[in-house]
Amino acid sequence: MTATETGTAAGTGAFAPRPGAAPLPRMIRAQAALETRMLLRNGEQLLLTVVIPTLLLVLFSTVDIVDTGAGSAVDFLAPGILALAVMSTAFTGQAIATGFERRYGVLKRLAASPLPRWGLMTAKTCSVLVTEILQIALLTVIAFGLGWSPRGNPLAVLLLLLLGTAAFSGLGLLMAGTLKAEATLAAANLVFLLLLVGGGVIVPLAKFPEAARQVLEFLPVSALSDGLRTVLQHGASMPWADLGILAVWAVLGLGAAAKFFRWE
Amino acid sequence: MRSSSPGGTPRTRPLAPAGGTTGPEPAVEITGLVKRYGAKAAVDGLDLTVARGSVTAVLGPNGAGKTTTVETCEGYRRPDAGRVRVLGLDPVADAAALRPRIGVMLQSGGVYAGARAEEMLRHTASLHAHPLDVGGLVERLGLGSCGRTPYRRLSGGQQQRLALAMAVVGRPELVFLDEPTAGLDPQARHATWDLVRELRADGVSCVLTTHFMDEAEQLADDVAIIDGGRVIAQGSPEELCRGGAENSLRFTGRPGLDLASLLKALPADSAATELAVGTYRVHGKIDPQLLATVASWCAQNGVMPDAIAVERHTLEDVFLELTGKELRA
Repeated sequence: MTATETGTAAGTGAFAPRPGAAPLPRMIRAQAALETRMLLRNGEQLLLTVVIPTLLLVLFSTVDIVDTGAGSAVDFLAPGILALAVMSTAFTGQAIATGFERRYGVLKRLAASPLPRWGLMTAKTCSVLVTEILQIALLTVIAFGLGWSPRGNPLAVLLLLLLGTAAFSGLGLLMAGTLKAEATLAAANLVFLLLLVGGGVIVPLAKFPEAARQVLEFLPVSALSDGLRTVLQHGASMPWADLGILAVWAVLGLGAAAKFFRWE
Repeated sequence: MRSSSPGGTPRTRPLAPAGGTTGPEPAVEITGLVKRYGAKAAVDGLDLTVARGSVTAVLGPNGAGKTTTVETCEGYRRPDAGRVRVLGLDPVADAAALRPRIGVMLQSGGVYAGARAEEMLRHTASLHAHPLDVGGLVERLGLGSCGRTPYRRLSGGQQQRLALAMAVVGRPELVFLDEPTAGLDPQARHATWDLVRELRADGVSCVLTTHFMDEAEQLADDVAIIDGGRVIAQGSPEELCRGGAENSLRFTGRPGLDLASLLKALPADSAATELAVGTYRVHGKIDPQLLATVASWCAQNGVMPDAIAVERHTLEDVFLELTGKELRA
């Protein structure tokens, strides 16, 4: 037994306790920056959030694959692709990343750090918003290059994007916090694909049978793409119905996530 | 051996941490802790007190309740019964006040798969008001060569050392280390031990769980042996070894000594056997008096007791005696 005799200048060494939490804004900033770096460094995530929306926008705008109705194809497609971009980050990407963070004990370890849970969720939201800004900037530039001529009220667009983000975040976190990480990975990708096809992103909902259309219209991605299209393509001021649908999804999704999310 | 009575560790500590790091309360105070998972009680009436500035090792077979106990102290689990205070605070109700003051090393994981070792340590440091110098800690724990490597590509030992660094970087008053040296090579193990000793010298209280008896013997002021969700023995390694199992005295001499006459000279509860030809073992309360009795008996019988040695029981002997030798789940 030697351990008990080694110490000399107790409390003065390098490890002498000096505990304390960093100021909250600094913690949240650091956490948001880390989460954003993790996302941008992840190849699969970039495929989902950048490559797929860009390819779809370019491909379907330049090649006449789907009948997008009257007017130029890009005017129909750009709002749908923006909705897809929001879904890919706030729902699919966030669900998968958070699912694996839960699986690998990242959320557990962070729960023992000075960063409170709401601070972590705030940081995650900031990270999602930063990613969306980058996506939207890139897609907007490409769409303009393809001849896009958007109209309408920018405030309505912003409101739609924010409510859409809230709705998708709630659903993504609900999935990540209740399913196993592998199940989340599979389900989030499947939902992404199904909503891409059946959510009015590329294929107009008018192409679906009436009965199906009436159900599909209530999906969050349908509401978001329809709302964005109503404003950006048709110049409407406020698409209240779509905003209402997104608000209901946001309340349900975030509420359920808050109730059922399991941290380990 | 002392029983599992709470607070039963009023041993003299060689050093009390100086300055404001010592509060009036113990570092950890657990009384009557019960934690059930379904019908099974993982922890079943556990009492444990960890003195400020001490290193306490929690030993126990797999499934004994070590991790559940530690995770209750860390605020991850809500006790089903009993009382837990860490630095005088309730780990669940006072979590916000407690978290900045403790350092946590989980048994595994805790890091983003894509995060680089140094990046993650820097991030953890940034959540604290007065963190340690990250570069120094990276060097100290031999993480310099893998500072840019993503966590998922680090070796098990490197992952362990990163988790240890993350537990201490915020300059906590108390650290919980759950199996800190599992899977480490001897060099890394000794580096970890040195770090724990330095933490202790600097006044940081330390609770560690381990399967390694030598680790507990080397590091701990206090050892708590847990089995079946309770503390079944607690004390310093010396106390546990002295009090736990019987010790024995071994010597060699000429073959065929008359042990019956030796036994007459020894206290009543002693026993003597010829283990092998010319090798003898005496069981009983091995004290200086008994050693003198054996030596004088040898002198009377013209025997030169070669290789006379007191065989002390190790912590491992004590542990196995207390917890049994059958394999656990």
